Amino acid sequence: MTEATFDPKDFEPIVHTRQVQSISRPSLSYWQDAWIRLKANTRALVSLYIVIGLMAFTILGPIVWSIDPSLQDLDQISIPPGADREATLVQSYIPWDGTTLLEVSPGLRLAEPATTQSVRLLWDPIDGLSGYRIFRNLFPVGPERALGLPLAENFSSRDVAFEDRLDLRPGRYYYSVLGVNESGDESGYLETLVVNVARVITFDEALSRGLIDETADLKEGDTLTLGLHPLGTDYLGRDLLARLMSGARVSLFIGICAPFLFVAFGVIYGSAAGFVGGRFDQGMMRFADFVVALPFLLFMILFKIVFGIGPGESGIAPMLLAMVILLWPATARLVRGQILQIRQEAYISASQLLGAKTNYLVLRHMIPNTMGVILVTLTFAVPSAIFTEAFLSFIGMGVAPPTPSWGSMCNEGIKTMLTHPHELIFPALLISITVLAFNLLGDGLRDALDARMRSTE
Amino acid sequence: MLRYSLKRLVQGVITVWFIATATFIAMHSVPGNPLANEKAVTAEIRANLEAKYGLDKPPFEQYLIYMGNLARGDFGISFTQQNREVNDIIREHFPVSATLGILAIVFAGLGGVLWGALTALYRNRLPDIVIMFLVILGISVPSFVVAAISQLSIVNLNALFDMSLLPVAGWGTIWHMLVPSLVLGLGTMAYLTRLMRSSMLEIVNADFVRTAKSKGLPATRIFTNHQLRNAILPVITVLGPSIAAITTGGFVVEFVFAIPGLGRYFVQAVQQLDYTVIMGTTVFYGAFLVFMVIVVDLLYGLVDPRVRLE
Repeated sequence: MTEATFDPKDFEPIVHTRQVQSISRPSLSYWQDAWIRLKANTRALVSLYIVIGLMAFTILGPIVWSIDPSLQDLDQISIPPGADREATLVQSYIPWDGTTLLEVSPGLRLAEPATTQSVRLLWDPIDGLSGYRIFRNLFPVGPERALGLPLAENFSSRDVAFEDRLDLRPGRYYYSVLGVNESGDESGYLETLVVNVARVITFDEALSRGLIDETADLKEGDTLTLGLHPLGTDYLGRDLLARLMSGARVSLFIGICAPFLFVAFGVIYGSAAGFVGGRFDQGMMRFADFVVALPFLLFMILFKIVFGIGPGESGIAPMLLAMVILLWPATARLVRGQILQIRQEAYISASQLLGAKTNYLVLRHMIPNTMGVILVTLTFAVPSAIFTEAFLSFIGMGVAPPTPSWGSMCNEGIKTMLTHPHELIFPALLISITVLAFNLLGDGLRDALDARMRSTE
Repeated sequence: MLRYSLKRLVQGVITVWFIATATFIAMHSVPGNPLANEKAVTAEIRANLEAKYGLDKPPFEQYLIYMGNLARGDFGISFTQQNREVNDIIREHFPVSATLGILAIVFAGLGGVLWGALTALYRNRLPDIVIMFLVILGISVPSFVVAAISQLSIVNLNALFDMSLLPVAGWGTIWHMLVPSLVLGLGTMAYLTRLMRSSMLEIVNADFVRTAKSKGLPATRIFTNHQLRNAILPVITVLGPSIAAITTGGFVVEFVFAIPGLGRYFVQAVQQLDYTVIMGTTVFYGAFLVFMVIVVDLLYGLVDPRVRLE
């Protein structure tokens, strides 16, 4: 019988030389996974950058471009972007007696070079007429004889001078003189003159606007450069860029705050209904159905009247309140449905078996698991809130002037759409870009966060 | 079916009652007395109005009077226009809004189905990309901007051809209706196009389509009889909410194009604080929308036999 010999080495554990199982990729949380999906979606990523850019425009913009949005530049009213900013210095206004300094040529003519201070017209007397009517138009008179704004009527055929000082802006005007006969009807005499009006500024005005100081060595005929307005000015001479930034604050504040508030309310309401269930749930959801049935915009307007806007108030708070009152049910329904679904899940039962309390279940399991849906709802709620604000402000039921918002700027811009389209285009463009960015971001988030809701694109 | 319809109808009536009550509460919480700032109101008229609306009575009795009047279909008399009943106003201006809205819905529905089907058939090719780009624009640009731009284009077009091709604003002929209803329907059209596209994409490769193909049916027939008919169903479900969107969207379009519709009248009444007109139009619109949704739901049951109405 041989004796078995053991070496102590034989009792040492075998060292694994080969890894049986390997994790080839790091484990990802739900949110990390969603972020990777979102990053792969170019459209959503670009939208995200646009949204960040808009935030920067709103928050940092006023620091970079620190012009007061309510400051009126009276020399530059309704100026399009990139317009000429030169103004010629002139003497203060001297009244005119109808005589001329320029060479006399027949027909309707200018007595002096036309400036924003005054346009002085002269024409030849025509016998047999009892007077003349003077008109001014921004557009060519054309075959329909659109003469434009009636300025004055001269009641004598010898009275052949007219001075226009009414709200003159640099640019082209079409002046027409129409002869009137004894009976007060139009006679055949009609003459039209195209006048290019140059911008001038007097010493006093330049001093009072801070363009020059007392000691400046300037003489008549020198040119001054007026203040810069990168995007032009509105009908009151307010800087459009500054107003857009300040309006962005209002529009984005409402657009982001309102969804946060009503989604938060909807989450509380919906999770309460979904968790408690039974009669309570039935009653709560029936009430939500009624609120959904209220015609949204009509009630927004009604609530605006009810909450009222006192003098000096902007009307932002009533609008927020009205949106929260009317818009929560959709989120509540959604969250309730999700909660009902999650309640059936095995991990909830497991958690309950381990002794989890209701609060813990709701806060730790249910709400985090509905977070994706909530986030998507939130993202889609932003553009619709911005739309609503713009819509209400546009029909004059939203933010009260002088507080600018993109919607109220559109409302002001549409009145001068034909002559100064930039006043409408810029706010409209910003609304569209914002809404577009949030919509695309919402699409991207939905695809990234929820496989079930993934769109078929 | 009949039982379901009745049930929905009763629900609808309750909803309208809720809307009317909410309107009443809202309007009665407005600060100030509706008769206080009316200079033209003489003592007698004032007494008559107070008697009619029971303004000297406690709020609950006023509510009962208001509800009684509503039940009889009496919306009251305008506060700002003499001798004008709210019913008259609705009767006069609602048909205009309805015409505009119906045209817009027709445009939106036809356009949405057509473009949606087209994009699905040409998936990821040029027509798809172009149309979907336009759709995203249609969803993102506010209706008042579209309205303003189209009005501007009409002006420029008329100037270009030096004749009046299309009226810029107003109401009356079919030509007046064309552009406003297109503008009004545009947002909905964009939304329906998206919906139709995704519903069509689900159906393009469905079993019954493959069967139809293998049977040797011509492609056009498969398209019209199999794909389109099935893909259109989800579009019908959102028609109800779309009607609501188009009705309220009408406010802006009527405002921009100077169309004498009820929406513009409502905005005007709000600006003048014409209490009865505001309440009347709100309840009227609310009831209208509630019943439109019911009609669409019932219609859906008729169109899709798989939907069991209970």
